Amino acid sequence: MSDTAENKGRRDFIVVATNTMMGVGAAAVAYPLINQMNPAADTLALASIEVDVSGIAEGQAITVKWRGKPVFIRHRTKDEIASANDTTIADLRDPQTDADRVQKPELLVIQGICTHLGCVPLGQKIGEVKGDFNGWFCPCHGSHYDTSGRIRKGPAPTNLEVPPYAFISDNVIKIG
Amino acid sequence: MQTQNFKNPVVRWIDHRLPVFSFMHHELHEYPTPKNLNYLWNLGSLAGLALVTMIVTGIILAMHYTPHVDHAFESVERIMRDVNHGWLIRYIHMNGASFFFIVVFIHIFRGLYYGSYKAPRELLWILGVLILLLMMATAFMGYVLPWGQMSFWGATVITNLFSAIPFVGESIVVWLWGGFSVDNPTLSRFFALHYLMPFVITAVVILHIIALHRFGSNNPLGIDVNGKQDTIPFHPYYTSKDLFGAVVFLTIFASAVFFYPNFLGHPDNYIPANPLQTPAHIVPEWYFLPFYAILRAIPDKLGGVLFMFGAIAVLFILPWLDRSPVRSGRFRPIFKVFFWLLLADCVLLGWLGAKPAEGIYVVLSRLATAWYFFHFLIVLPVLSLVEKTRPLPQSISTSVLGGGALAGAASATKEKPDA
Ligand code: HEM
Ligand code: FES
Repeated sequence: MSDTAENKGRRDFIVVATNTMMGVGAAAVAYPLINQMNPAADTLALASIEVDVSGIAEGQAITVKWRGKPVFIRHRTKDEIASANDTTIADLRDPQTDADRVQKPELLVIQGICTHLGCVPLGQKIGEVKGDFNGWFCPCHGSHYDTSGRIRKGPAPTNLEVPPYAFISDNVIKIG
Repeated sequence: MQTQNFKNPVVRWIDHRLPVFSFMHHELHEYPTPKNLNYLWNLGSLAGLALVTMIVTGIILAMHYTPHVDHAFESVERIMRDVNHGWLIRYIHMNGASFFFIVVFIHIFRGLYYGSYKAPRELLWILGVLILLLMMATAFMGYVLPWGQMSFWGATVITNLFSAIPFVGESIVVWLWGGFSVDNPTLSRFFALHYLMPFVITAVVILHIIALHRFGSNNPLGIDVNGKQDTIPFHPYYTSKDLFGAVVFLTIFASAVFFYPNFLGHPDNYIPANPLQTPAHIVPEWYFLPFYAILRAIPDKLGGVLFMFGAIAVLFILPWLDRSPVRSGRFRPIFKVFFWLLLADCVLLGWLGAKPAEGIYVVLSRLATAWYFFHFLIVLPVLSLVEKTRPLPQSISTSVLGGGALAGAASATKEKPDA
């Protein structure tokens, strides 16, 4: 084969095309190898639970397990609701009104996982420290949450998450 | 490589076709080594010994261990109570990890003091930092396997570090877990990786040694070897010295294994993992404490993670931060002071990492973190420019023999530690 400019151009094209196809092939092989580590179908299938909330007295809280993690369900007192509403939204790190976080004001349903690095905050049981804002306190690195589960002090960046849930009757909620 | 004429005909036959014996002779026997190495140069071979110990005991543990959330804790208890000598093997593996880190930390500070990271040993140093990173990953995943409270919550906190990455963080964490929390998929993949990583470490160790043998060991004077008069063959001089070091090391190690096997561990890890309850005070294993203190010192999630990884990152670029042409701290009067301050700072960080993140501890953690980065990013570059170093000896042999005295005097003039 002669070394004319035309032939050289053709050879460059073949090299580039081959390398490109090898890249595409490598990516196609890598994808399943990486994606296998994402949640499997059966893990995803376990994704919802139903909870009867009628038995939770005012001022009481229960913890249920959803997707391997705790969900806090608190039947809030009048004072707790009042203090959750009585905050200047602009001062919050992750601004959100209390109304945006509940479906019924007395029933707060939140993920019991500190948004810093995933510890379970204290404050569910009688006698546990509830932090400076009377909601929850994470002992791992000192995050304080208020009675709406919003972050008020400490390293956590965002409010305790509200999981997707719906009232399927007056007494039963379905989480997930 | 020159092949040797071995006396044993079988060895000679094999060596002619596959020169492994010549290779070993070259690298472990005649390998010329500076004659002035002190005991800090024993730590490399000790790290190798620790690695082999971990692999042997680890493979034995894997024969009895069950990587499943319902059985992991009990299978480890069964190893402790029912498996023949299981308690011994597990205690060796558990304490072996700690001793491995002790050895490697001393090894690293040796390098820091004597400037072993400087040209032409930059890649050797970088491979070493890589080994440290791999060891940290391995030890972290190993600690998850017994599935106690500290295993679970350590895994939760550390994997959550990745959620600090903007945009993709949450998906990365779910991908790492294989679910929505640390659970069975996480445990089984950690087991698979914990099995694999030590062999990756072994491969990097081999590269580390190839890089070492390119220019040979640094030495306490930090000056280059000038010729045969400055070196002695590795065997029998350093093989016997390393062997002696190994005996001392094993004595201390065995005392820990037999008399204080749980001293360095945390009692909460003998409580089975409970995803609904975080222990009141979670702490990582002691060898992670300085890094943990840096993480907690920064009042911002992403910032904390960046600084923590940054603490290792500065080690990677160290050869280009310290530009002083003099390697050994012995001839650098100001550097020497800062070296000891850095060591004290790291110990302080380790102590703070075990304390609750409140009050004075937070303030101290911030100061100590600032000092750590100040040392690497400001002190070392500035010192390279302004420090007046002391005169270097002409050669290793003149220094060892006290100004070129007769060779016979060598045994009398031992290496004097510089005050
Ligand atoms: C770089 C080398 C290694 C390091 C630093 C390391 C570190 C650790 C640590 C810290 C633990 C937790 C011990 C405890 O608290 O119970 C552990 C457990 C374990 N390791 Fe390793 N390991 C290494 C190599 C290996 C290898 C090669 C295997 C082979 C499969 C292995 C298998 C295991 C098993 C089965 C456990 C769980 C049993 C137990 O907890 O005692 N390890 N490892
Ligand atoms: S995990 Fe809650 S403060 Fe860090």
